[in-house]
Amino acid sequence: MPGSLESAKSRSLNRRELLKLSPLLVVGAFAIPRVRDPLLTAGVSFTDWASAKWFRRNHLAPTFADSELTPLDKFYVNTYDVDDPDVDLEKWTLMVSGDVKRPGQYTLAQIQSLPKLTQNTRHICVEGWDVIGRFGGARIFDFLQYVGAKPDAKFLHVECADDYYESLDMASALHPQSLLCYEMYDQPLTRVHGAPLRLRVPTKIGYKQAKYLTSLRVTDVVPKPGYWEDQGYPAYYGL
Amino acid sequence: MAASDSTPVPIATVEAGETYLRTAYEHPWAVRFCHWLNTVSLLVMAASGLQIFRAFPSFGPKIPQRDLLNVPRSLTLGGWLGGALQWHMTFAWIYVATGVFYIAYQVLSRNYRQPLFVRKDLAGVWPMIRHYFFLGRKPAQTEVYNPLQKMAYTSAVLLGLLSVLTGIVLYNPVQFSLLAALMGGFHWARVWHFCILCALLLFVLGHLIMVILHGWNNFTSMLTGWKRNPDYLP
Repeated sequence: MPGSLESAKSRSLNRRELLKLSPLLVVGAFAIPRVRDPLLTAGVSFTDWASAKWFRRNHLAPTFADSELTPLDKFYVNTYDVDDPDVDLEKWTLMVSGDVKRPGQYTLAQIQSLPKLTQNTRHICVEGWDVIGRFGGARIFDFLQYVGAKPDAKFLHVECADDYYESLDMASALHPQSLLCYEMYDQPLTRVHGAPLRLRVPTKIGYKQAKYLTSLRVTDVVPKPGYWEDQGYPAYYGL
Repeated sequence: MAASDSTPVPIATVEAGETYLRTAYEHPWAVRFCHWLNTVSLLVMAASGLQIFRAFPSFGPKIPQRDLLNVPRSLTLGGWLGGALQWHMTFAWIYVATGVFYIAYQVLSRNYRQPLFVRKDLAGVWPMIRHYFFLGRKPAQTEVYNPLQKMAYTSAVLLGLLSVLTGIVLYNPVQFSLLAALMGGFHWARVWHFCILCALLLFVLGHLIMVILHGWNNFTSMLTGWKRNPDYLP
């Protein structure tokens, strides 16, 4: 291949074409830790935002036949620090605060006086495994009406006996399948599954299904959205 | 040069001493841009995806858990599940945007005729396979891509599309419950998502082998767009 004349014209042509790819160098920002971390945080926030956008209030999570249930002893128990934070079930109350007309201590009997919904729904862990469980409880929607929550509050924030904490955006909390769950497999919640009361929101990922609830706050601001969220997991994670 | 319904490729001739060098502009800027951006995205998606998979490296039940394989940490990105999710959820958007831009460009510019595998390419697939694997005679090349190449590139785009659809189902199986049901539910979507990764990695492996076999001139055409003396020119 003779190369003398080729060089002048085609080399400048090639250089020009190669330079047109230079915008790609922007991706290199992900190699600089100080720039990368805010970029990844922004990426997750954008994903959360998009996921909240395509959340449909009345679109129900699939429900399953009893024959499709994962047996209770095959329902994996994930805990934050202890399997059983020794809740005194006799004296337990739920502390309700924030933007509500009737704040205070609520007993399990009061929560159980609300209409009960029992459904077989899929529980998905962020790790990738999934089980189908049977959950019974009062709709969060009904309970928030019961305590007179401000209708346009933005978040529900819960605290747990094992120091875990979580939050739900109000649209997800008010979803017709979102429960204050006190029964699994038609039995009162066992201690490892969060007795006496846990969240069961089939439109949310597993780590948002907080157990051993002790307090519930209706609020517009959540400085710390949740234990795992504060370690870097997405705050919204709808399913 | 090319068959009547394929894209004509702009050709430059440069006088070099006694002879002419013929150079074909094979890859427009948009295609090269998407190619290299997608190279980065695909690597990030694969490596962070493998880190996510490490959190539960099985397709069976959680109890009892039977691990399918142990992915070496060196192949992964993100350090832990939360970090990998951040990479995966960020680059997913870049991956999707690149795909949308690429397909829109190919359709609007009508350049899709260069890589798209169509029915008439079917007859040319076997002769190419024979040539590659059994060292048969190389069929005469009339277009930028031979039928086997077109098949590979078209499959890669389809795999990309499927990787996004299965990924959406894994992320939001309730909102996209219809799509999830089409894939056999959340559980199976996770299996398909993994199979698609394997298929894409196989494509990349084959692609790299072919690039190495075909040399520097072929490689630089994806950087500058221009290829010197390609086979299909008279």
